Amino acid sequence: MAEKMTLEIEEMDDAFEIIGCEDLDAELISKPSLTYWKDVWRRFKKNKLALIGLIILSLVVFFTIFGPAITGYDYSRMNYEIEDQGPSSDHWFGTDKAGRDLFTRVCVGGRISIVIGLTCTAVMFTIGSILGGIAGYKGGVVDDIIMRLVEIIVSIPYLVVVIILSITLGRSMLSLIFAMTLTSWGGTTRLVRGQVLQIKNQEFVLASKALGGNAKRIIMKHLLPNAMGIIMVSITFSIPMFIFSEATLSFLGIGIQPPETSWGALAASGRGSLMFYPYQLFFPCLMIVFTMLAFNLIGDGLTDALDPKLRQ
Amino acid sequence: MLDNNEVLVQVKDLKKHFKVGRKQMLKAVDGVSFDIKLGETLGLVGESGCGKTTCGRTIMGLYDATGGEVLFKGESIHKKSSKDKLALTKKMQIIFQDPYASLNPRMTVGDIICEGIDIHDLYKGKERTVRLHKLLDLVGLNHEHASRFPHEFSGGQRQRIGIARALAIEPEFIVCDEPISALDVSIQAQVVNLLIKLQEQLGLTYLFIAHDLSMVKHISDRVGVMYLGHMVELTKSENLYMKPLHPYTQALLSAIPEPDPDYSQSKERIHLDGEIPSPINPSPGCRFVTRCMSAKEACYSETPIIKEVEKEHFVACHLY
Amino acid sequence: MKILEVKDLRISFKTYAGENQAVRGVNFHLNEGETLAIVGESGCGKTVTSKSILRILPSPPAIIHETSEIYLGDRELTSLSDKEMIGIRGSEISMIFQDPMTSLNPTMRIGDQIAESIIIHQGKSKKEAIEDVINLLEMVGIPNPEARVKQYPHEFSGGMRQRAMIAIALACNPKILIADEPTTALDVTIQAQIMDLIKSLQKKLNTAVILVTHDLGVVAEVADRIQVMYAGEIVETGNSRDIFYKPKHPYTWALLKSVPKLNTENKTELYSLNGTPPDLLNPPKGCAFAARCEYCMNICREKSPKFTDITSEHKAACWLLHNKAPKIDYTVESYTAENPIGINSEEVSHVR
Repeated sequence: MAEKMTLEIEEMDDAFEIIGCEDLDAELISKPSLTYWKDVWRRFKKNKLALIGLIILSLVVFFTIFGPAITGYDYSRMNYEIEDQGPSSDHWFGTDKAGRDLFTRVCVGGRISIVIGLTCTAVMFTIGSILGGIAGYKGGVVDDIIMRLVEIIVSIPYLVVVIILSITLGRSMLSLIFAMTLTSWGGTTRLVRGQVLQIKNQEFVLASKALGGNAKRIIMKHLLPNAMGIIMVSITFSIPMFIFSEATLSFLGIGIQPPETSWGALAASGRGSLMFYPYQLFFPCLMIVFTMLAFNLIGDGLTDALDPKLRQ
Repeated sequence: MLDNNEVLVQVKDLKKHFKVGRKQMLKAVDGVSFDIKLGETLGLVGESGCGKTTCGRTIMGLYDATGGEVLFKGESIHKKSSKDKLALTKKMQIIFQDPYASLNPRMTVGDIICEGIDIHDLYKGKERTVRLHKLLDLVGLNHEHASRFPHEFSGGQRQRIGIARALAIEPEFIVCDEPISALDVSIQAQVVNLLIKLQEQLGLTYLFIAHDLSMVKHISDRVGVMYLGHMVELTKSENLYMKPLHPYTQALLSAIPEPDPDYSQSKERIHLDGEIPSPINPSPGCRFVTRCMSAKEACYSETPIIKEVEKEHFVACHLY
Repeated sequence: MKILEVKDLRISFKTYAGENQAVRGVNFHLNEGETLAIVGESGCGKTVTSKSILRILPSPPAIIHETSEIYLGDRELTSLSDKEMIGIRGSEISMIFQDPMTSLNPTMRIGDQIAESIIIHQGKSKKEAIEDVINLLEMVGIPNPEARVKQYPHEFSGGMRQRAMIAIALACNPKILIADEPTTALDVTIQAQIMDLIKSLQKKLNTAVILVTHDLGVVAEVADRIQVMYAGEIVETGNSRDIFYKPKHPYTWALLKSVPKLNTENKTELYSLNGTPPDLLNPPKGCAFAARCEYCMNICREKSPKFTDITSEHKAACWLLHNKAPKIDYTVESYTAENPIGINSEEVSHVR
């Protein structure tokens, strides 16, 4: 049947008439447009582990926000009649030594832990991006000064600073955030500076200069958008780092104080009952583990999704 | 086209040195002088390290000159205030070599082309779109391409976007810095044809920098040959190919592979032994002396000065 | 004598948008000691073809179709195990790549890199291998080889690095050398040196060379036979003089006309093709070149042309060669010193 068809084509009168190619649109792009972030998301989706991380994180965030509303308990209401009860259908995570519902406390504590993680990261990145951007773009003396400053900052022992500040400034959430971010921005500055150095010699930056672009335009429109990828990945890894730092500090007793609570503080109060009621330590730690794992999986997925060499 | 001999750009003893390490000087451009006439295309050829790209960018004002000066319509371009320099960017523009690195991957094509318009606040809103569409038409792209991103285009199309960007602010002089080196052969022809057409249509003056001698000869009125920071020969393009005077030019021409088997297999090649020396801390005397077959004693100590040996044919060589 | 035969080579790449058919049914052979040039522009599939001979395509995403066969002598390469292929790479078939900066390991001495393949394939000791290396460096024209053996790649210039690559490739005297755009990244005078070197070594060692390039000038200098590829297929094949002086496929005409020759008049419009090569995710049903061909006929858009023999060596896949098609003649005369006005003659005559 196919052969009969082809014979027909060759037999047709005008089969061999020259018609040229003027009528065809040679410049047509058939594929749909794909912006940078759409492409990143598509590649991210393919990574099963990264998607699992995203799901875990979404669940954690969901419960920290809506958990207390779902259970209906008040996180600070003490009830000595039901103290130290194990996990049950009434109290999913059991109760602590003051009879408070542990699940609700974990959710509320989670809010503090995550907010601290996000806030510290935001402060660290703002400072680091500005300083790193200026150092990388200007170069010369300005770069030298900023880099020497970074080296000093990075050499200061972090725990010492936090302890001193918490003693002098008191132990509020704000002072905790201040102490944690004071010495943390060194690495970010270096990262952003490195990116800026790499990008600023690319020809499209030179083209912008040739068109009359000033420093502000070049940094805002050309350098930062292109450095955003690496910065995003770094942010994804920094958030769990801060959550863990806060947990450690609270566990040691220099972080969040009652009546506020955080995962670290919950772990600290659960430590005393480890022998008899291990679940009181277990659940807050479990949340920390899940959250950190989720962020790390997402961070790995983002790194791969952003790597231009892995693009197909 | 070239009925007036009005000079648009004058380059006088231009020097551009870079400091490399503690004591070493990379003398990328070391005393180059030539004029570019209104409406002409001056080709600049040479191999790696000859300084042609540095020369082009210094003439554009992207680099500061270490010595000498560049005059645009009689005014020095380096000794200007930043406000004047901004005004100058509207007259002189540049097209780059690498179509993949010269466009910001995060900006749409429309924004890339209109960057100059946005910087100088020339058109806004609807007028800006009209101007954008005109530019896209000029370089042979579709209007709907304006909302797409560079990675969706081929090399040749990206280069055309780069050309549209340079034309957006209506310059008089364009430095073409190896605009076709990274493109396929048939696309090179597309881009070269476009540049020639635009020159006629808009009355542009080009400095065409390349290492592909056949293309340079085709698009240029006059051609200058550079070697290690010096200009060794400068003349009309047919002249250069019919009657090259400098030994380096002769060797360069004989090395071009012609797409013609009988001719290229019977042609006598001038063999240039050795490597291209480094432009860092060059020795005195003629730069070509290490590879020149006709080197004399004077060539080792005295740097030859470029001079007019025949009508409109300049050479820097002790043989003349 | 045939030493390599490629039959029905089909290679696809899996991408997010579908299957990209990079090579769509390529057939060719290579004779002992000859130079075969595969010419075409980016995306035509020539590099994929050459890499598939050595099976160094990353797979996934590359898929070589089951019906494809590559015969080295009487061994079928696509069915060999990885271990058997390792025995072939470097010793029977070698490859040199385009960019000498990235093809050499910057942390290994040049001598060690060249000796690597000698030690692996010939089982010699390091001391013996280094002696061979010094001889090789001299053969490829690197002065002062005893000192150069101990240097690192960054101490070599671009041309010398390419020579070192050639030394690595020829260390075990392979039957076939695949050169993938070996001179594209080099300056013209260095390019001339390297091409002369490849020519002289080929004569000396009787190595067959597959030269993959888009530079027609380089091809004219060294190639015995030429294959022109477009959109994953071979469109024309023949010996050097056939292709340059009596080409039969419109794409070959376009390539030849796009390059300005010494005698092309200044600032005239060069012949240029409109548009870009077709999207190989959905290859067109007719001839792949139809959308850009000024001689496109109705049948070209419907049905893909088969090869027509013009001489025993020269064939082209084009409907213009069908006996019902209008006759289009395109001939070029050689540029000579006696004929400086040159002649790029094309007699386009429609004769039925």
